[in-house]
Amino acid sequence: MGFTILAEVARNADADVLVAQNVAFGIIAAIMIFSAIRVVTTSNVVHAAAFLVMVLAGAAAQFILLGAEFVAVTQVMVYIGAIVVLFLFGIMLTRAPMQGTEKFTRDNWKVGALTSVVMLAVLVFTLVDGFGEDKLPADLMPTDTRVLSDAIFSTYLVPFEVISVLLLSALIGAIVIARKD
Amino acid sequence: MTSSLVLGLELAYWQQSILRSLGILLAVLLPAGTFVYLFLFKMVSFMQSRLGPMEAGPFGSMQLLAEVGKWIQKEDIIPEKADRLLFKIAPYLVVSTVLLTYIVVPFGPDMIFANHDTGIFFALAVSSISTLGVLAAGWASANKFSLMGGLRAAGQLIAYELPLILAVVGVVIQAGTMNMSGIVAAQANGEIFGFDGIGSPYFITQFLGFVIFMIAVQAELAQTPFDMPIAESELVTGYLTEYSGIRFLLFFIGEFAAVGAFGAIAATLFMGGWAVPAAWADLNNNIFNLLGPLILMAKMTLVGGFIFFIRFTMPRFREDQLQKLAWTVLIPLSLVNILATTILKVAF
Repeated sequence: MGFTILAEVARNADADVLVAQNVAFGIIAAIMIFSAIRVVTTSNVVHAAAFLVMVLAGAAAQFILLGAEFVAVTQVMVYIGAIVVLFLFGIMLTRAPMQGTEKFTRDNWKVGALTSVVMLAVLVFTLVDGFGEDKLPADLMPTDTRVLSDAIFSTYLVPFEVISVLLLSALIGAIVIARKD
Repeated sequence: MTSSLVLGLELAYWQQSILRSLGILLAVLLPAGTFVYLFLFKMVSFMQSRLGPMEAGPFGSMQLLAEVGKWIQKEDIIPEKADRLLFKIAPYLVVSTVLLTYIVVPFGPDMIFANHDTGIFFALAVSSISTLGVLAAGWASANKFSLMGGLRAAGQLIAYELPLILAVVGVVIQAGTMNMSGIVAAQANGEIFGFDGIGSPYFITQFLGFVIFMIAVQAELAQTPFDMPIAESELVTGYLTEYSGIRFLLFFIGEFAAVGAFGAIAATLFMGGWAVPAAWADLNNNIFNLLGPLILMAKMTLVGGFIFFIRFTMPRFREDQLQKLAWTVLIPLSLVNILATTILKVAF
């Protein structure tokens, strides 16, 4: 079945766009979807974190296919190198179960499923509405990091600073909650 | 882009890719082997008034091959209660991150595996993945000493990654680029207060950054005085306890290749990399595609020797001292360094 999807992707590819990139997209996307499902269905919490790594690494690979080198590297550094490591650190510091005996599916999983379906719908609508029929340029080159940083520090300066302040306040809040003395 | 230009040959993309893959293996294994022989076998022996290996090859130089042969033929033991898949994958994860680090290190004007615009950022990002491998190894062994070792390693790597990156930020600001070739060029063509005789090697102009970087590298590599993750007198050998045979060998290669990788990065960021100061020679000359790797290797060996010298002379820190050093000394210092660099960059 996977091969029919790949063939379909390759056939739909625009003549201007490299077929290899579409095939790579299909393979990575399939791995990502499989891993994403395993994150929520596996009964071992450390395995769930490992599958989460697969999903995040797949996202980084997709960014590279789009020529967004800087975003891909940031994805690896922040999500895999920092956030998942902190997850694992927390899991192992508290209990580190070897066997997946614990029941992870809670009773309110239906609410969670509903939320994620709504989120999916919103994201799909935004993407289709925003990009629609746009195609990648055939001469796709990596985005110049210099251009990206200029954009962040001029056009998008205010959102950038707002996010920084938000993260800082979250950090201070976490410290205030965690420290009792 | 590759050595093919040195030989004046035109190669197809797949031929270049094969050459690059072989080149990476050479670039990783050669310094790692050299470091093990030169420092782990010989330097420490002389420091302890003994000769070290003398039988295998001239002055024992083939000892390492004998050791590799020994490890490969040993039984690859997997504990019964271990998480088999993660236990098996972990060493490969650690080694492959080291291989990836070398991709962005330039060895000459055209000798670079991939001339990434994000250069140093890429190297730091992939090296941060090795923490995952160490954590996986510690947990999957199903052994309390391994788990403690993995936890200590993760805590230490998280704490020292920040000063490492913040020290590099100073270099990036001064060079004005994250591209490793660009950083090399900025040092070769730079000048210190109008004097351009030795370029501007950043271990002089970014001295504070260099010191912070080297301390953080020592901790990232878990070398003494920061070797609590292994701490053989407390934790058997930490996350390595259950590993044997080829998988232990992979961790061993990973450790020493990582010393080589960080040596190469330190040499490129702070010592001018493959180049000599631009006042001395024309750096675009094709000869530097051959000389460059040798120059970089010499600088790497210098950095590596320094790392091992510290390793063999310092006693081990306590766990809380290690965390305190990172969070209350190194990180504030590196922030001050960034501020000072920014002010000087704008002023001059």
